[in-house]
Amino acid sequence: MKIVVCIKQVPDTHGGVKFNPDGTLDRGAMLAIINPDDKAGLEAALRLKDEYGAEVTVLTMGLPKADDVLREAMAMGADKSILVTDRVLGGADTWATSTTLAGAIRNLEYDLIITGRQAIDGDTAQVGPQISEHLNIPVISYAQDIKMDGDSVIVQRQFDDCYHVLRAKMPCLITALSELNVPRYMTPGGIFDAYDTEVTVWGRADLKDVDDANLGLKGSPTKIAKASDKVRNAKGDIQKLDTAGAVTYLMEKLTEKHII
Amino acid sequence: MDFTLSNKHLMAQSLFRDFAETEVKPLAQEIDELEIFPEETVKKMAKAGFLGIPVPKEYGGQGCDPLTYVMCVEELSKVCGTTGVVVSAHTSLCIDPILNYGTEEQKQKYIPQLACGEWLGAFGLTEPGAGTDAQGQQTKAVLDGDSWVINGSKCFITNGKYADVYIVIAVTGIVEKRGRKQKEISAFIVEKGTPGFSFGTKEKKMGIRGSATYELIFTDCRIPKANILGRQGNGFSIAMHTLDGGRIGIAAQALGIAGGALERTVAYTKERVQFGRSIAQFQNTQFQLADMAAEVEAAKLLVYKAAMAKTTQKVYSVEAAVAKLYAAQVAMNVTTKAVQLHGGYGYIREYEIERMMRDAKITEIYEGTSEVQRMVIAGNLLK
Repeated sequence: MKIVVCIKQVPDTHGGVKFNPDGTLDRGAMLAIINPDDKAGLEAALRLKDEYGAEVTVLTMGLPKADDVLREAMAMGADKSILVTDRVLGGADTWATSTTLAGAIRNLEYDLIITGRQAIDGDTAQVGPQISEHLNIPVISYAQDIKMDGDSVIVQRQFDDCYHVLRAKMPCLITALSELNVPRYMTPGGIFDAYDTEVTVWGRADLKDVDDANLGLKGSPTKIAKASDKVRNAKGDIQKLDTAGAVTYLMEKLTEKHII
Repeated sequence: MDFTLSNKHLMAQSLFRDFAETEVKPLAQEIDELEIFPEETVKKMAKAGFLGIPVPKEYGGQGCDPLTYVMCVEELSKVCGTTGVVVSAHTSLCIDPILNYGTEEQKQKYIPQLACGEWLGAFGLTEPGAGTDAQGQQTKAVLDGDSWVINGSKCFITNGKYADVYIVIAVTGIVEKRGRKQKEISAFIVEKGTPGFSFGTKEKKMGIRGSATYELIFTDCRIPKANILGRQGNGFSIAMHTLDGGRIGIAAQALGIAGGALERTVAYTKERVQFGRSIAQFQNTQFQLADMAAEVEAAKLLVYKAAMAKTTQKVYSVEAAVAKLYAAQVAMNVTTKAVQLHGGYGYIREYEIERMMRDAKITEIYEGTSEVQRMVIAGNLLK
């Protein structure tokens, strides 16, 4: 079985979010990590590898320094890694990103593609399903459990207050939730191997069946008007009431705002 | 000369730090307070490959260098001195001598199990009457047919009772050297569960209280003849060479304790307000912190240098002795200053800094006291 896992390098928000003067994220000033949902997707792939045997390839699009997250993925147990990097691919929104990744995946043999549900920097949850559309394969999103059954996968898809059990024939794409598992640690030996292994680097010319009009900033229909950090200026509503009064007040407010 | 860590070492360091913060730190106070051996953490470390870091892949290890191993002990010790020494004693004192002196059969039998953490290792040299004077061994091993029969006891053995494999040093006879009668000392591999091998008292200690420190008792303990490690009579040099490596591990533990104490003290002095401002704003605090940081940095360079010496040199006794002497001294200095900067809170068990000062002390004592390190260093200067 061959599994492709798409991962994204995102800023680590633990140290706080930093912005450039123009309002865009200052990625250089923040440490980069594997997007948490993607890391859960990678762990899911590695568990399938442990249980059923598989070759796991990690794929990312990004700046050359995205190499770090690919090495981390290999240090966790991925077999191969591919970095798609090219100036013409920069500034991509979800459409241009999914077009690029699908163009890369067309060069690969695969039974299963796993992506994270969404990235913590964009929060769109669009790239995974879009890749499946580009490749014309089924998608199961929001996976909280993945099992294999012959040439099919059986996936629990998280829903509001329940989950759906879905079966899909491979090849297919699954988007994973960070709640899916606790990703394993890298191993020291895995790290050494990861740095002794080549990361395959592809550019625009290596993408298969894609149109330049759908790539990079030019190929991105999304336009960002403004980006800013959440600023809480309001002091809030402070009421000094006894217990019964506080309960009544809260109930009124909750009803007023249609929360209950 | 380049003092920059490679990308692979930086990534390994971040792995050890992440593991230490997530898995080890939350338990550090409890295992100290209740004197619990961190069995669950050992299992997790085994899974993450931390128990066979400098072991070649052909023996099931991680295939990394001594520097990576040293960084692991350092990062673990930043949050928990106990966890640091569990790894150090296992790797430096048990795996290393088998790798260096074992027959191929011994390596195949023991190293993969030790490197994957299925088995834990320990080392027994010290006896009640043979500490710094390691020649004063009383434990005896006598060849009887196809077995060695061991009688005697060892004390202060790290990982005691929890370890599955023990390197045991014992007297195998009397030999004459330069006209003087001397004890012939040999090394042996003894497995837990061997009849005649039992555990005595568990020591109650000042620091590293989660670490299991036991007495080993041998009463007509019969082990296969093939379990002698190295040549008969070579035990003393095996023990000394093994301790050279062990000292680098303890130096890393000391470095970690000092570095951890400095990190906590920096954070605390920024938070603690006296006379209307954080105590970090007082020049006395700043000067103390600066001295602590300079000492930690100097210790780090010595410890890393010793690790590199172990990678490239056959003999690294002096580098190891210098690193351990200095790092242990720094661990005591820095934790003592850290407690002082924490004021009354630094003396309270609830604060980690109190534990760190207690943990630091042992690094000046075990695997060769600071005085022994000075003897090694001076001996080299005056030879």
